[in-house]
Amino acid sequence: MSKTRKFDTKVQHLKYKVLREVARHAWDGTLQDNLYEIPKTIVPGKEATMRCCVYKERAILEERIKIAMGGDKSNPNVIEVIDIACDECPVGGYEVTEACRGCLAHRCEDVCKRGAISFDEHQKAHIDKTKCVECGQCAKVCPYTAIANHKRPCINACKVKAIGMNEDFTAKIDNEKCISCGACVYQCPFGAITDKSFILDAIDFIKNSDCNRNYKVYAIVAPSISSQFTYAKLGQVITGIKELGFFTVVETALGADIVAYYESKELIEKGLLTSSCCPAFVTYIEQQFPDLKKYVSHNLSPMAALGKYIKETDPDAKVVFIGPCTAKKMEFQKPGVKPYIDCVLTFEELQALFDSKDIDITTLPEDVLDNASYFGRIFARSGGLSDAVAQGLKEHGSDFELKAVACDGIEACRVALLKLSKNLPVGNFIEGMACVGGCIGGAGCLTHGEKNKSEVDKYGEEAHEKTISDAIRVLNLKSDK
Amino acid sequence: MKVKVCIGSSCHLKGSRNVVESLQNLIKDNNLKDSVDLSGVFCMGRCKENGVSVSVDDKLFSVVPDDVEDFFENEIKAKL
Repeated sequence: MSKTRKFDTKVQHLKYKVLREVARHAWDGTLQDNLYEIPKTIVPGKEATMRCCVYKERAILEERIKIAMGGDKSNPNVIEVIDIACDECPVGGYEVTEACRGCLAHRCEDVCKRGAISFDEHQKAHIDKTKCVECGQCAKVCPYTAIANHKRPCINACKVKAIGMNEDFTAKIDNEKCISCGACVYQCPFGAITDKSFILDAIDFIKNSDCNRNYKVYAIVAPSISSQFTYAKLGQVITGIKELGFFTVVETALGADIVAYYESKELIEKGLLTSSCCPAFVTYIEQQFPDLKKYVSHNLSPMAALGKYIKETDPDAKVVFIGPCTAKKMEFQKPGVKPYIDCVLTFEELQALFDSKDIDITTLPEDVLDNASYFGRIFARSGGLSDAVAQGLKEHGSDFELKAVACDGIEACRVALLKLSKNLPVGNFIEGMACVGGCIGGAGCLTHGEKNKSEVDKYGEEAHEKTISDAIRVLNLKSDK
Repeated sequence: MKVKVCIGSSCHLKGSRNVVESLQNLIKDNNLKDSVDLSGVFCMGRCKENGVSVSVDDKLFSVVPDDVEDFFENEIKAKL
């Protein structure tokens, strides 16, 4: 099927089909009547293609439909486990497999500092689990790669250690540790962990606006959009968003320009800052390093900063953010952001919306998207924010010596925050991005390709405005008076 | 008097920043800061026009950056 080319994995494709069907009926106002028909549309039967039987497949689809409709309201986390979809993968850790040939070298034994390896009468290795600390050295040195790590992909993906197990062995998310980054969502091979969707809210906003007559619905798109929808032109994506019924489309990168301008100013005043753009990174600090909260920039995120500006110019506006991020779905519900952002969608959900209205964006004329500078646009990739803050300092005419640390992924963030908490030297500006690669690595991206970074840089270079000050000049009309 | 300049993508590419800057300077030079309320707005739905969309109270205009001074004299200063 040609549509699969739009996604990295078949799990994403399945999730998309559910979102598309839910959206299709929501536009028509026939969703309630068709709730039980959607699973049959997606899995017509009679042969099962994913699970033991079509009945289980459809039962799981019913759960996916609930999540597409907003999910469990009693669970504050935007990331949810579908219990019946969880395959209860093995969690044994390092284990010796049948490939062990009982060799003479016993490198595994020599490298094990815990003395956890012993041998049976056939010279085959065994791991004493009471001694093993799962360091993995034995697996590395085995010439037959006979030692395997049985680790659940979700647990492996979750670098903040928020995933455990229920008594029935299904995956369980610890909401006190989860930062809603979505790494597990993207990595679970069974699609058993997924992000709640607010797609119905977006559709309601559009429908109730009566073609933007009652109020206007603005789409603000994250700069990583430039690396997505690779099968069409960006201008066609913009036309497509307007065809869905949005009044207009604005670059969130303009919000990033605002952030870069004021965050660099804040850095000069305070001398040491951690960034506030990535909601997963900010949540991580709040949960794991509460003493470092004082260093978090007081600036809103680019999404919230732009939403705030739009609502100042148009108080009745509804602002829908479309991006790569599941954590943004958590951020927009925070009291400090709620007034500015009404809904958050991912690129996956945008694709589902296009197809729910049978909009083939490749056939559309190209519209324009140009509000931000190069620096606002490169926020989408790791290191971009640091570059933008350096530029901001330059534009303020400051001689502040920037020592930026661009933390690429939450593990790198952790290392930098640990140093900061122990007063070890770690520069004076910590750029924290929970996803590896930055926002282009977000769980809500359609694709996570090698070329995405260069696409973002290319898009940055195409910006009409070359400096941050020029890009935000049009916003400062009131304060200049 | 309320003057709104479109800063949506299409007008931005037609030079809305230049229009904004010129208007800001003209308002300042003519000491009209208290009588003219200048603001930005994303899209006025007239993307096909040649110039940047500008509204003066509720009247719509299309202004190319080179004509800002004339526009200011005729539609803003003269109407105050």
